Amino acid sequence: MTGPSLLSAEAVERVYRLGREVEVHALRGVSFTVDRGDYVAIMGSSGSGKSTLLNLLGALDRPTAGHVRYDGRDVADMGDPELAELRNRRIGFVFQSFHLLPRLTALDNVALPLVYRGGTPRSRRQAALEALTAVGLADRLDHRPGELSGGQQQRVAIARALVTDPALLLADEPTGNLDTATGDDIMELLEQLQADHGTALVVITHEAQIARRADRTIELRDGLLVPEVPA
Amino acid sequence: MSAREAIRVALQALLSNRLRSALTTLGVLIGVMSVVLLVSIGQGARTEITGAIEGLGSNLLFVLPGDGDFGSGPSRSRFIADDIERIDRQLPGEQPRVAGSAVGAESLQADGQRFNATVQAVTAGYTSVLDRELGRGQPFTESDVVTSRRTAVLGATTAEELFAGQDPIGRQFSIGGIQFRVVGVLTRIGGEASPFGPDQDRTVLVPVTTGQRLFGTDRIDSIFVRASSTETIEVDRSTTERVLGERLDEDEFSVVSQDEIIGVVGDILSILTTVLGAIAGISLLVGGVGVSNIMLVSVSERTREIGLRKALGARTRDITVQFLLEAVALTVLGGVIGLGLGIGGAALVAEFAPVPAEVTWWSIALALGTSVAVGIIFGVLPARRAGQLDPVEALRRD
Ligand SMILES: Nc1ncnc2c1ncn2[C@@H]1O[C@H](COP(=O)(O)OP(=O)(O)O)[C@@H](O)[C@H]1O
Ligand SMILES: [Mg+2]
Repeated sequence: MTGPSLLSAEAVERVYRLGREVEVHALRGVSFTVDRGDYVAIMGSSGSGKSTLLNLLGALDRPTAGHVRYDGRDVADMGDPELAELRNRRIGFVFQSFHLLPRLTALDNVALPLVYRGGTPRSRRQAALEALTAVGLADRLDHRPGELSGGQQQRVAIARALVTDPALLLADEPTGNLDTATGDDIMELLEQLQADHGTALVVITHEAQIARRADRTIELRDGLLVPEVPA
Repeated sequence: MSAREAIRVALQALLSNRLRSALTTLGVLIGVMSVVLLVSIGQGARTEITGAIEGLGSNLLFVLPGDGDFGSGPSRSRFIADDIERIDRQLPGEQPRVAGSAVGAESLQADGQRFNATVQAVTAGYTSVLDRELGRGQPFTESDVVTSRRTAVLGATTAEELFAGQDPIGRQFSIGGIQFRVVGVLTRIGGEASPFGPDQDRTVLVPVTTGQRLFGTDRIDSIFVRASSTETIEVDRSTTERVLGERLDEDEFSVVSQDEIIGVVGDILSILTTVLGAIAGISLLVGGVGVSNIMLVSVSERTREIGLRKALGARTRDITVQFLLEAVALTVLGGVIGLGLGIGGAALVAEFAPVPAEVTWWSIALALGTSVAVGIIFGVLPARRAGQLDPVEALRRD
């Protein structure tokens, strides 16, 4: 495929300033690309800069140096409304701690991203229903997060990431709060969706056996890439 | 996010915290209620008092002691009965055109009935100059005044209280222990006491000479001049001023028309209404601070929600609008309920208290306008803070 990659990171750096003197160099020049339909794992021990990288890839944060581009467009050139639209239309997030709104039912949680792109409440509910069905929770529509198990909550979160039909799924330690068996189910679900929808999938993990499932693994160490190893 | 959606989200958030929302609303509710109520009372007093003055007739000139500056407080009157005759002699047309009165409060008694009334010592022309009608009997005459006869004309309420429905004409009663004979009864006018005279139904008129002896004075408190028409009112005013100026200093009396009194009284009552409204406005302000406070708490509690919404595609503006709408919903709810209670309270006051209360369209508009404004003003800081939260920081919060 020609043309710009779906997502590219070019010599990305991120420095956190703590007070006047102290600086934390969380990323020190990271470059790689993600193309449509890719399945990439970002591996690294705790504190290696994985979450920092994911926030940059998800356009939630801006690099202190280097570039993050979507379809060739630099995120740094986008204003707040454009960034919001990028996150809404192109990216689906899955977090370690699910981040569901406790007041809302599973269906309303899944419909939440659609609220920011118009459409009738009816069409939103319909889309949310389909997404929940795809993750196997068609019988839990009116449950609130507190009434669901951890694995079920993460499925709701995946349905929410999916409902907007994004080009890229970004998952930060999606199995981190789950037991091994449930974690495997969640990984299988993500992989199935990636395959079915042609969505690119970037999974962040510190567990080697999860990283091993991906087509490609990028390893981070102290804010730098360890040369890529094909799976 | 569409406006409808934003309102739905705001209401949902408020409903999920009912008690807190209700308590926050209460501050605004009380503020709006007191603004509406106090402004209504001020407005009602204005209508009532200007109405009472207008009831005296538009061609009337009032001669009051002092230099006419209401701000300088009451002055001691230096008028005497002779001033009235001297003015009247200088005015053209049918007389009497000038009347005067001295006022005192005395205890009345008849057949064991006691009644406290305002006793007005008046000149013979009083009822005709002030256009007061008698329901029964006759006003007293010049000869009653000249001979200090102990005759009296009763206000309608006074007559009822003293003689319990029987015909009072020709009956005896006492004022401060001295016997008087009733010669007439005024028709009821249904007014109330005002700064320009006592309740005209609860009064007793006696000849000025008799009354002055009763009060132990020879002073006259106020003089009334009836102009023959609106056109001649200025001529009559300067005549009156000239005659009084022969005997008194310029700053010892002032001649004012009904319009001028209404103007001055209207100004005073407007200031009063504004002050009352402003005092009530302070409670509205306190309510607004409460809204601000609770919205800040809400923003900090929902930091993660805000971060999540941003990750899902909310713009800064969407978040700001969402929280602003929450604040405005709180204050408008308080405003509407407060308005209802304020109107209800004004109706109760008008019904049961001697102070009138009048709800005007502008006090309603003011109440609703200010509650929206309070929501925006006190909501904007928390809402902006919410909108500007960094999504990464917000999502990290646990
Ligand atoms: N907001 C922040 N402020 C300061 N330092 C931070 C911040 N976020 C992360 N860091 C630091 O940056 C480094 C990388 O953190 P992170 O990206 O969270 O690593 P990982 O997700 O791989 O555990 C760590 O040393 C962490 O302490
Ligand atoms: Mg991390």
